[in-house]
Amino acid sequence: MSGADVRVVVLAGGLSHERDVSLRSGRRVAEALRANGADVTVADVDAGLLATLAADPPDVVVPLLHGASGEDGALRDVLGLLALPYVGSVPRGCRVAFDKPVAKTVATSAGLATPSSVTLPQTTFRELGAAAVMAALVDALGMPLMVKPARGGSSLGAAVVRTAAELPAAMVGCFSYGDTALVEHFVTGTEVAVSVIDTGHGPVALPGVEVVPDGGFYDYSARYTAGATEFFAPARLPSAVLQACSAAAVSAHAALALRDLSRTDLIVDAEGAVWFLEVNVAPGMTETSLFPQSVTAGGLDLGVLWRGLVDNALARGAC
Amino acid sequence: MHQHCRPVSQSHAREVAELADEPTSSPPARGSRLDPFVDAYAERARTMIASEIRALFSVASRPEVVSLAGGMPFVSALPLDSIAETFRRLIAERGAAALQYGSGQGAVALREQIAGLLMPMVGVTTHPDDVVVTVGSQQALDLVTRILCDPGDVVVAEAPSYVGALSVFAAYQASVVHVAMDEHGLVPAALREAVDALARQGRRPKFLYTIPSFHNPAGVTQPQSRRVEVLSICSSYGIPVLEDDPYALLGFDGVVPRALRADDGEGVLYLGSFSKTFAPGLRVGWVVAPHGVREKLVLAAEASVLCPSELSQLAVSAYLAEQPWWDQVKVFRELYRERRDALLDAMASQLPAGTTWTVPDGGFYSWVQLPQGLDATSMLARAVTARVAYVPGSAFYAGAAKDLGRSFLRLSYCYPDPDRIREGVRRLASVVCAELELFATFGSSSGAGGAVPGHGGSASDVPGPATA
Repeated sequence: MSGADVRVVVLAGGLSHERDVSLRSGRRVAEALRANGADVTVADVDAGLLATLAADPPDVVVPLLHGASGEDGALRDVLGLLALPYVGSVPRGCRVAFDKPVAKTVATSAGLATPSSVTLPQTTFRELGAAAVMAALVDALGMPLMVKPARGGSSLGAAVVRTAAELPAAMVGCFSYGDTALVEHFVTGTEVAVSVIDTGHGPVALPGVEVVPDGGFYDYSARYTAGATEFFAPARLPSAVLQACSAAAVSAHAALALRDLSRTDLIVDAEGAVWFLEVNVAPGMTETSLFPQSVTAGGLDLGVLWRGLVDNALARGAC
Repeated sequence: MHQHCRPVSQSHAREVAELADEPTSSPPARGSRLDPFVDAYAERARTMIASEIRALFSVASRPEVVSLAGGMPFVSALPLDSIAETFRRLIAERGAAALQYGSGQGAVALREQIAGLLMPMVGVTTHPDDVVVTVGSQQALDLVTRILCDPGDVVVAEAPSYVGALSVFAAYQASVVHVAMDEHGLVPAALREAVDALARQGRRPKFLYTIPSFHNPAGVTQPQSRRVEVLSICSSYGIPVLEDDPYALLGFDGVVPRALRADDGEGVLYLGSFSKTFAPGLRVGWVVAPHGVREKLVLAAEASVLCPSELSQLAVSAYLAEQPWWDQVKVFRELYRERRDALLDAMASQLPAGTTWTVPDGGFYSWVQLPQGLDATSMLARAVTARVAYVPGSAFYAGAAKDLGRSFLRLSYCYPDPDRIREGVRRLASVVCAELELFATFGSSSGAGGAVPGHGGSASDVPGPATA
């Protein structure tokens, strides 16, 4: 560990739909870092941020913004311009991970299985007639379907569609959050989230966390209401399948050229096959989030881990 | 850029790197709920859940967003320097009393001012002994419901109704039966019909909860003739009335509507508040109640908070005694009238055809109905992206009735200045137009994500008190 008074700015909040989640993540990581000797300031992302950072540059920035600009790489590009070291993936990896259809393509190239899907902007439905396009989607992908915004997180605007009659409402809900939808065959099975960390010796998977929401769907309420979801860490799967999950997450992390930490969401179907859904460069760090549970299940301390990531960022400098 | 990075060594990295090779420990039979209290919660806490809609309001607190959502009074219009001097003297001269516990019923001096100064303005003659001071009128709602409602009891309320009251009713596990309103408020025929329907099921409502003046969220006011009718129906069926009247003094034409309580001293419990006319941060409201109810309210209040803040009560009392508070009410009326006008003008010129709204004569809110087919709940995410916020109408309905509110939204004009209001409506108009296009494409604008039927009727789909 380097000097006990490393100065850290945790960026949390922002203007995305996930502002509230980000604020909670920021507070949690800030506390964990303070408990490990860091001098931490939590800052929102607003018009005053760059002036503040320039006037009194911290040793390391920890971006914990969820949703656009925080996760799509734009903000990290700016941190690069300011020559500030930061924890987490470089902009290119963020851009790929944040765009779920592109991430799926990259994951497929890396040999991972991902549910068949189609990505369509709202204009396509308008120009070609929604009924015809939706009928084609159902024919091509088969029920049930998962509809979610192509960009964004916390399952905002996402819905599982089990009958064709439910599809229009799901599309509308999705387009409220963004103008492009990812419509994916919904693979029924065990939801597993695998967090990956790289503390300087290559990416390593932490124990996968199995998610069992009370209502059957891991929606916003299930994610952020304490007690509304049951978690198993490690997941209740045969060890060969668990290893396959870990390998898939590490492959995704590597294929997308991610750095320091990520969380990959997977589904394991009834046959034990592992399906890649998406990967997050800024995984949630709230009291009910998956990444901190993986850390605990891996026998690590969240604060010690974060302090290690901060020290690594400081050592490698702005790059 | 990676090649420029210096290699990193990390003390515990080896240990972490070995994790993947460790034999996997056997998973527990029972998973973690991340909340050790998960089996301890009362049934009434079941609807207290995280809400996607509420999360969106977190963005509304940022200055980039024009919030037409919250109902925060514009307290910056108060003469703060002069109030500071009044408060300074209060502490300097009466600090030992102001910082001490007080009576559960409230400070006598303030109750005298409420009975002698405030209540006559709404036509009510009462005695200071019949006044119970509460921690905002929100606590009065809580106390009244606590002493009147058992789980499963029925409360009749307007459709739509104040969301904070619906939260209280839900917390005491009362069911709410909504009764239709029109541009003159609660519809008497609909009230009679609802009560008759309940009677056929062998049920009688515990009380009618009503906001007759400058309604939140509907923005309408009941004319006197209709008040008489409502009182007559309630009296003939033996149903008590809970009259919530926080906006009474904020009528734009200067007329203070006559309270229901003025015409039925025995059947009506009256709730008043200093939150809209002075300062919500002090949390001072009151109940005027018949003596039997009043005594139970005092006992319930003592069990709840021992006594309301003595400091806040004496501060309000000093403000009423020493400051030109009535002139200040007139300042607020003018300010809010100007903002209402800005809202109405902007809506008339910007919102697409098929959108309708109420024209408030006072208070803070206009109730807007979207063009047919549009859904205000699923539209909120798009609105927040466009940097404008409102409260979706379904928040103002209880339980299964929530769907009745889906085509409505509440716009408040109390906090942003007129230019911001106009900008907010401009943004809202573009959102409504985009939503109309979505509707034209899909034949529906009811989103499946988020707060949909089955979502549980959580009253958490509204902004917190400090989100404007």
